[in-house]
Amino acid sequence: MLISMNWISDFTDLSGIDYKELIGRFTLSTAEVEDIYEVGRNVNNVVVGEILEIADHPKSKKLHLLKVNVGDEIVDCVCGAPNVFVGAYVPFAKVGGMVGTLEIKSAEIAGCLSNGMCCSEKELGISEDNSGLMILSKEYNPGTDIKSFMQLEDTVFEVDNKSLTNRPDLWGHYGIAREISVLTKRPLKPLDVFETEEYDSLDKISVEVQSDKVYRYSSISIANITKKVSPVNMKIRLTYCGIRPISLLVDLTNYLMLELGQPMHAFDNSIVKEIVVKNFENTFAFSTLDDIERTIEPETVMICNGSEPVAIAGIMGGASSQITEDTTTVLLESANFDGVSVRKSAVKLGLRTDASSRYEKILDPELTVPAIKRFLKLLVSIDPDVKVTSALTDCYVKKYDSVTIEFDKKYVDKYTGIDISADQIEETLTALGFHVTRNEDDFKAVVPSYRVTKDVTIKADIIEEITRIYGYDNFELKSTASMLKPVEPMYQRENEYKMKMYLAEHYAMNEVHSYIWYDNKLNKQLGIETDRNVKIMNSEMADNDTIKSTMIPSLIIGASKNLDTYSDVRIFEIGRVVKGLKNDGLCNERKHLGILLASKEKSEKELYFLMKEVLEQLTMNIKSSQLHYSEISGEAVPSYAHPVNVVNVYLNNIEIGCFGCIHPKIEQKIDKKVKMVFAEIDLENFEEYLPKAMTFDEVSKYPGSTVDLSFLVDKTMKYQELQSYLNQYENKNLIQYSFVEAYEDANVLKDKKSITVRFEFGSKERTLESQEINDMTAEILDLLGKEGIGLR
Amino acid sequence: MYNKLNEIKADFDEAITKVQSKDELEQLRINYLGKKGIVTELLKGLKNLDAAEKKVAGKEVNLVKNSIEEALITNGKRIEEEALLNSIASAEKFDYSIPSKLNTGSLHPITIIQRQIEDIFKSMGFIIEDGLEVQTEYNNFEAVNIPKHHPARDMQDTYYLENGQLLKTHTSAAQNAIMKKYGAPKPGETLKVLFPGRCFRNENIDACHENTFFQMEGMMIGENISISNLIYFMKVLLSEVFQRDVKVRLRPGFFPFVEPGFELDVNCLICGGEGCSTCKQSGWLELLPCGMIHPNVLEMGGIDSDKYTGFAFGLGLTRLAMMKYEIKDIRVFNSANLKALKQFSKK
Repeated sequence: MLISMNWISDFTDLSGIDYKELIGRFTLSTAEVEDIYEVGRNVNNVVVGEILEIADHPKSKKLHLLKVNVGDEIVDCVCGAPNVFVGAYVPFAKVGGMVGTLEIKSAEIAGCLSNGMCCSEKELGISEDNSGLMILSKEYNPGTDIKSFMQLEDTVFEVDNKSLTNRPDLWGHYGIAREISVLTKRPLKPLDVFETEEYDSLDKISVEVQSDKVYRYSSISIANITKKVSPVNMKIRLTYCGIRPISLLVDLTNYLMLELGQPMHAFDNSIVKEIVVKNFENTFAFSTLDDIERTIEPETVMICNGSEPVAIAGIMGGASSQITEDTTTVLLESANFDGVSVRKSAVKLGLRTDASSRYEKILDPELTVPAIKRFLKLLVSIDPDVKVTSALTDCYVKKYDSVTIEFDKKYVDKYTGIDISADQIEETLTALGFHVTRNEDDFKAVVPSYRVTKDVTIKADIIEEITRIYGYDNFELKSTASMLKPVEPMYQRENEYKMKMYLAEHYAMNEVHSYIWYDNKLNKQLGIETDRNVKIMNSEMADNDTIKSTMIPSLIIGASKNLDTYSDVRIFEIGRVVKGLKNDGLCNERKHLGILLASKEKSEKELYFLMKEVLEQLTMNIKSSQLHYSEISGEAVPSYAHPVNVVNVYLNNIEIGCFGCIHPKIEQKIDKKVKMVFAEIDLENFEEYLPKAMTFDEVSKYPGSTVDLSFLVDKTMKYQELQSYLNQYENKNLIQYSFVEAYEDANVLKDKKSITVRFEFGSKERTLESQEINDMTAEILDLLGKEGIGLR
Repeated sequence: MYNKLNEIKADFDEAITKVQSKDELEQLRINYLGKKGIVTELLKGLKNLDAAEKKVAGKEVNLVKNSIEEALITNGKRIEEEALLNSIASAEKFDYSIPSKLNTGSLHPITIIQRQIEDIFKSMGFIIEDGLEVQTEYNNFEAVNIPKHHPARDMQDTYYLENGQLLKTHTSAAQNAIMKKYGAPKPGETLKVLFPGRCFRNENIDACHENTFFQMEGMMIGENISISNLIYFMKVLLSEVFQRDVKVRLRPGFFPFVEPGFELDVNCLICGGEGCSTCKQSGWLELLPCGMIHPNVLEMGGIDSDKYTGFAFGLGLTRLAMMKYEIKDIRVFNSANLKALKQFSKK
């Protein structure tokens, strides 16, 4: 929003104040100022000129040769404006003067000498009107500098609208002036208004409010309006504040909106006679005054002339009842509509206007009547012959409760951490319009109506009022005086970071991020089938509406994007998935680690065992524990997994995830040579297992012995089966056994394979005799012999 | 006999100077001192002499034998030294300039920056919490004082799920759960929590806009937490984050979950406050929103707002990462493009 300092000066005396510094304080205490514009400085040496003579230009039909009285001399001027006439008073830029970026010099125009320039409103920056010369009234003598009666020079600053979201009182110059008066400690002048009491005996306008989205509807009717054009200074202010001057009545409603923040609408009173505010049951078409036909939904509140809709409440008037050149009587609307309702209607219509954006901030209903009185004051000063033709009609349907906030200085001290004196608290709040009663350090503050609609309702709001005026720059900074307390370690978070570091540093993996939803389109292209999971109802992208229940599809896509560049891709992500809904209807959100290894060089088997190592190494590092596996089949196999090589992963009997090869049909769609292996771990399940405390086992003083035995078993037998037999052997002198290698040879071993296991024997009491070791070896062989397993 | 001995000795002395290897040396030893060696044979021959001759001759032969043994040892050492020197002289000189094959992997830039900031906060006694990404309307809006008809709740900004939940639009969605989990701090203590998280806004993606981004939020609650404390902490923390003494300034800012609310600016990182194109000549950069936790928010979190006050602040992690690493296109973060992400291999 653009704010004119000239306008502000109408309401508070700013003489002797540095504007830049003041605007800087405004940013720190009230709202962010985005830009400051010094305007009108580029109009110089422009005076009132009286056109004395007009002659045709010898070489041009469009140009005229003028003799212009500029006060101290009569100068020649070549002018192309269509509206020149003898006797006209116009703004005249003298030689040596300046208009905008144009320096005025003595020049020949089409062969004739021109010593100056007659100006249009646009050239002076007053309005967009460039249709002809600006015609001045004759109250100022030729030669008078136009700046002596036109407020061309101004400082205009632009406030970030977002920072005014919660300050409905600052959507007009008067409200800004109030803030500035507080910041400068200068008094705020009361609003100069036109008293309407003498018309109270006239008939009221018929106003009927049928909608509950209306707080107040005030109106008055005025006749005998003869002036059509706004005074130049009003035009200048409107233009500087970003609103195009149109005609006196329209300009006045806009001027009032910019001054008080109260949107107003002027209906042609010859068309609109009685007001009904209501909603319609059905959707219908309505032409707004910008000549666009719009669809009105039942929720949108309409202003009607009897039964005929004439305006969209709080948004825009209708084409049929708008002010025209011929309008001499108006019915003036100054109303307060429900902010939420206006915002919703404006969004639905795609029509956000200056009025609607003010209403949606929740304006003070107390403003409607002063706005009418101020409007009349300005109108009468411009067009003294106007007649008020109705009583001021005020339909005040809904009121905000008055709010009184009680607090004491101790509360302010605690909240601020500094000592702001009770006098200063009282002074600040009073200046801001609060009605303060104080008993030593106890305060009662009645919140002014223009702050109560939205932003000041509780004690904490009072703190903001006091501190922002006090100035945050003036705060003394203090650390807290709290007890030191060690922070409990956050194992889960640390473990997560350890995993990431380990995967990146030890296995040279790359961490990626993906979205929380599936890329359904790419999944389909790659033949990745996903479950029916929770959906987003209003996604911008129709293909991305399903929340992921597994990390793997996005990792497959992520890897596939990189396989053109890298023949070996190892990526991982820790992120969230949703595993359907819980019993309470809420999403079952889980944190998962997903890993994908993809290679065009390594065999599937290499990748598979690398992944197994990765998982076990992570588990050993973090949980000092082993993983276990169980085969899955049928429904339990994820759709993207190879049905043969896929297992579930367990940590201490808790299922923590799944790992295996990617289904070849997906691999083939990505690259003929690529092989992929995945793993997915539920980190919350993983963290359920707490590692046992570390223990130390005394090292034996006596040497131990190792014996390697190679067993001949069926090719299909898993090591874990052999383990289950070996685990049956109990002897305190067998310290441990471990896997050495598995060996297959179709020629020699045929459908058998050899598994070599290393046994470590030893005792803490003595060195074992070789006979004892031989005995134990024999016992182990006996045990396996019962299962049909012998040595190779 | 003596002549013969002298001859033997002379022959040996000549032979040993020619010896170049341990094998040759051993062969020489065998030739002279082995079972059938020349000296050994001489010694064997002594038994045919009479006792007096035997004594004299034996002595002579043993002298030769000893000198041979000594020469063998000395030359053994000589050969070892020569071999060592030879092996050093003939050693292959390695090309240290051949590049090693390093494969270091990488962490995501968000992980890196998040960790750095978490470490700073941890050192100041903050607990790190991790909220859910799928939230209830209550946690995301109501509990942080965003009423039913607030524009922030409009459908177009928020991803609503079919079960009535939503994808959290800001980290503040975790505030309520955290307050309920820890409760009001014990007398004299403060509750200090940092909660980073991934947030979602329903909007179209371009180089500057993402629908999925990371924020970090912190709060501190206690019996006497004040605005003065807030400014102090922000200044200290930001000085740590940026590794320099920052100037901060507060402006009024409106956020429903704080009262008063502030926009916090730091003096421009580029020009230091002189004014440049980055800070639009103002000398200040808008960095983070913060404020005193709204009493309603404390109450809804089960904390007595008459007794306790607190402050909260938010940091756009994704934006910070973009600033820090000069990432121009926000889409890099979720791209899984390893050409980009592999660059983040440092801790």
